[in-house]
Amino acid sequence: MKVALVVAALAAGFALALLAGAGEFLPELLRGTLVTLQVAAGGALLAVAAALAAALARLYGPAPLRWLAVAYVETFRGTSALVQLFWLFFVLPHFGVTLAPITVGIVALGLNIGAYGAEVVRGAIGAVPPGQWEAATALNMDRVQALRRIVLPQAFVRMIPPWGNLFIELLKATSLVSLITLSDLAFKAQQLNQNTLRTAEIFGLVLLIYLAISLAITAGMRALERRAARGLARGRTA
Amino acid sequence: MAAIWDWDYALEILPILAEASIVTVQVTFAGFLLALAVGLAFAVGRMAGPAWLRAGTSAVVEFVRSTPLLIQIFVLYYMMPGLGLSLSAMTTGVLALGLHYGAYCAEVYRSGLENVPRGQWEASIALNLSPWTTFKDIVLPQAIPPVVPALGNYLIALFKETPLLSAIAVLELMQTAKILGSESFQYTEPITLVGAFFLLFSLLSAALIRRVERRLGARAGARR
Repeated sequence: MKVALVVAALAAGFALALLAGAGEFLPELLRGTLVTLQVAAGGALLAVAAALAAALARLYGPAPLRWLAVAYVETFRGTSALVQLFWLFFVLPHFGVTLAPITVGIVALGLNIGAYGAEVVRGAIGAVPPGQWEAATALNMDRVQALRRIVLPQAFVRMIPPWGNLFIELLKATSLVSLITLSDLAFKAQQLNQNTLRTAEIFGLVLLIYLAISLAITAGMRALERRAARGLARGRTA
Repeated sequence: MAAIWDWDYALEILPILAEASIVTVQVTFAGFLLALAVGLAFAVGRMAGPAWLRAGTSAVVEFVRSTPLLIQIFVLYYMMPGLGLSLSAMTTGVLALGLHYGAYCAEVYRSGLENVPRGQWEASIALNLSPWTTFKDIVLPQAIPPVVPALGNYLIALFKETPLLSAIAVLELMQTAKILGSESFQYTEPITLVGAFFLLFSLLSAALIRRVERRLGARAGARR
């Protein structure tokens, strides 16, 4: 219901914006959207990988690895995403590492969201009933087997909704890459605004594009959640 | 090429950054106060208003939460003058932060209000209290304490988003660091110091919130 309402508002807004002659801005904005989607997709892959690695290191790693994971999570959650982005962009070259702006964007945002994701993964693994571990031990599985085949699949189902929220946070954070000269959607919007001063139409369209991508992420994650829950239920009855 | 970390330069810019951090803290608290008020208004509108208001506030909350804060800052900054409202960059920034986090706070309040048992409303009717008195004196005092930790998390989140205001030239920490860096071509020290400041403040406030949480929990336990 709520989603239907927002979609209706979206459609009405799009119609209005297009009527106002904003159609001329769309091609340029969509080129920016492509960059935004690239950063978001790259960042999401890195975030999931970093989160899994950090959570597993923190839960099952030896002491030094555990400290490293804690340091990573606290540092990236404790400092601002923009500071991290600027640090990689301005400071890393001093250490002889110069990355392309798009790489900087993906790495900074991926590691930032990954730090939040690590806590999600840790929580989801912790929420799997201990009896599952015990049953796996009784079936003569070793720890790695139990984790990979019994615990993680159940944890994944629990992780999907919070990851949906994090992916939307990631999408919103991609607008920051416009401040390190990457020509994403936010950058194109500012550029068009400076050239034409038709602020309402341009930013109205931009907000609607971000909203549409957010809604798509929400819908995708919900479909994934349903499928994963069904898969788990089937596994249980078989 | 200068050394990787120049202590003299770092100590030289530290007072300047400390001064800029005052602006950051001001913006954080002003924005958060606004968010608390806006959030309550949104939450009440979304729960108790007539159907059109409920639908309207729901749509606004979802819209604000699914679009980037940076764009919302730009919209306010570039569009307000066109509507005849010339606000300073700092006021615009506070307004944007307050509205954005107000939408998040609204959901927190909503969960708090929904957790107050219906019987409390019914008992108030039986005692002949008006709906406003019931809300103010009976429901809100029960709804707010359990959601304080969640609100505290949004205070930290808002604080960490204040660097975005550097995009509209508010002279907070990040903007100051960028200016210092562009003057000396040494970005390492200013940006690292800003990061360190944020880390320190986040860790401190997380510890503080945990204490408040524990105290609230202890008090709730004692009452029971």
